[in-house]
Amino acid sequence: MSEPIVVARDLERRYEIRQGLLRPPAELRALSGVSFALSPGRTLAVVGESGCGKSTLARLVTMIEPPSAGELRIRGQAATPDRWRALRDIVQIVFQDPYGSLNPRQRVGTILQEPLKINRPRMSAAEREALAREKLALVGLRPEHYDRFPHMFSGGQRQRISIARALMLDPAVLVLDEPISALDVSIQSQILNLLIDLQERLGLAYLFISHDLSVVRHFADDVMVMYLGRAVETGPAREVFAAPRHPYTKALISATPRAQPNSGRKRIKLTGELPSPLDVIPGCPFAPRCWRADDECRATRPPLKGEGRAFACHHPEEGAVE
Amino acid sequence: MSLLDIRNLTVEFATAAGPFRAVEGVDVTLEKGEVLAIVGESGSGKSVSMLAIMGLLPWTATVTADRMAFEGRDLRELSPAQRRKIIGKDMAMIFQEPMSSLNPCFTVGFQIKEALRQHTDLDRKARHARAVELFEQVGIPAPERRLKAYPHQMSGGMNQRVMIAMAIACNPKLLIADEPTTALDVTIQAQILDLLLDLRRRNGMALALITHDMGVVAETAERVSVHYAGQKVEEQPVEGLFARPFHPYTGALLAALPERATSRRLPTIPGVVPGQFDRPAGCLFAPRCRHASDICRARRPEPLGPEMGRARCHTPLTADGNGVMQPQRMVTT
Repeated sequence: MSEPIVVARDLERRYEIRQGLLRPPAELRALSGVSFALSPGRTLAVVGESGCGKSTLARLVTMIEPPSAGELRIRGQAATPDRWRALRDIVQIVFQDPYGSLNPRQRVGTILQEPLKINRPRMSAAEREALAREKLALVGLRPEHYDRFPHMFSGGQRQRISIARALMLDPAVLVLDEPISALDVSIQSQILNLLIDLQERLGLAYLFISHDLSVVRHFADDVMVMYLGRAVETGPAREVFAAPRHPYTKALISATPRAQPNSGRKRIKLTGELPSPLDVIPGCPFAPRCWRADDECRATRPPLKGEGRAFACHHPEEGAVE
Repeated sequence: MSLLDIRNLTVEFATAAGPFRAVEGVDVTLEKGEVLAIVGESGSGKSVSMLAIMGLLPWTATVTADRMAFEGRDLRELSPAQRRKIIGKDMAMIFQEPMSSLNPCFTVGFQIKEALRQHTDLDRKARHARAVELFEQVGIPAPERRLKAYPHQMSGGMNQRVMIAMAIACNPKLLIADEPTTALDVTIQAQILDLLLDLRRRNGMALALITHDMGVVAETAERVSVHYAGQKVEEQPVEGLFARPFHPYTGALLAALPERATSRRLPTIPGVVPGQFDRPAGCLFAPRCRHASDICRARRPEPLGPEMGRARCHTPLTADGNGVMQPQRMVTT
């Protein structure tokens, strides 16, 4: 396997929340101690429920905001704010909502040229247009689409435009933040196939953020399951789905509905909600909802243990999911 | 007598560019205590047909039907006042977006008690007790405190549960749930679906579940109707539909599911749903169908018999020994 292009070590992101004039600000830990390595041509999926920190992770990796602690290295260079400008070429992002992420007043051509205008100021207008048309063809849109406005496209075509825009600077890494969850089922498969094509042709690395486990299972090479800002289980997707070790992973897989009527399997029912990220829990963050939790879980937080296949649990699950 | 019996429902919207037919000749029947799933992509008319039944469409819509009966009463002949007595009580709906369906100016407690005040003769105290009980049922922690909260103070999942609590407040006989779990996380989704099925078991409530998630359909529904571009193209019991779809659209939808994939690339349905201006003269799915022939492009197919899933198709799929679907020319009368 080739050298990883993005390496994150113990990434942490804290936000200060003001609670009024006289009360001291509270600290919200959106992300703590997240590490991963992403190699060219591979897909790492980040899964978890809302509030687990997956979007914060996307913002750190795309250098929209700096981590509060930990280190992010891109192509071997430390991604500190003074190097962001140069490194942002390498990492680009595709957003979830193709209706909200394209400027309705710009033509497709202008939308695609925008990244070049900012990052390649010396490039001539003719070169920019040639490049924009090339990327348009690459994502499966026709030349006549170049002069149209976003409202003239369907959701799937808009997502193709978003992908083309992300490819304008020839990045090596795409962060895909729920790229297909706003699309219709019959369109989702078209976009997934496009992403697979692009990965094979351009050797892209994907950081694929999703909550749809059936898509992740099909699409990802590696998976990282997050809960309350921490990775609770990581490993090759095939192994994690076949035999999850962390109870939360098992519950997630079990709760995902399967297109098989009367399969007769029992769903694991989780009770309760995610605790507030403002509360600091001394033990395992999943303990209040976990059916295997005991006093040890509530007292000490289990570390993420293991090489390649790792999980953070005192009482890991054995065996496959039903 | 069916709880809900709708025949040949058609909804047309008057738009600036001329009439637009959003629902075309749809039949819906629902028995007491039954779970019907309605699947389809955006623009398939699944939400519009249910809103038409509830009488919640704007004045631009023209609703016509041969029959439109709820518990034997003709919904078309009711006065608005009579209709309001049924809507929200015997027939309730959960809307898709909780954030925009709840009134931001009032506490959720006020909004849920409003439904109880309109439709029941409970006094103030009893309404409060019932509201707390409902919040407990839908799994809202600390219900007493949450009743005083405004929608913006709660998460999307919590608001969705408030919507569900409101819909089931008067023990409806029919609950129409429009994508009730789309905005929710999977673990919460599982809780909500269990809750709806549990209500059905206890109260004999019928459930019409509008969704695009085939997994949810397989695990909750008894009967499934598939909608495409305003038409019902197929209807079958859930096992039959997943085992053996007759309409090529249903077949293609199922094949496009990642969990049914046999290779890394998924089978796709080319093209998009027809819009207002490119509605084909023949079968609405013909432009995207692999099995389309000349007759498909020329003549709109009528539904086949129940043994063929009432598929609106000239060339329904057949399963041969190998389980490979192949088109077979059927003569429809």
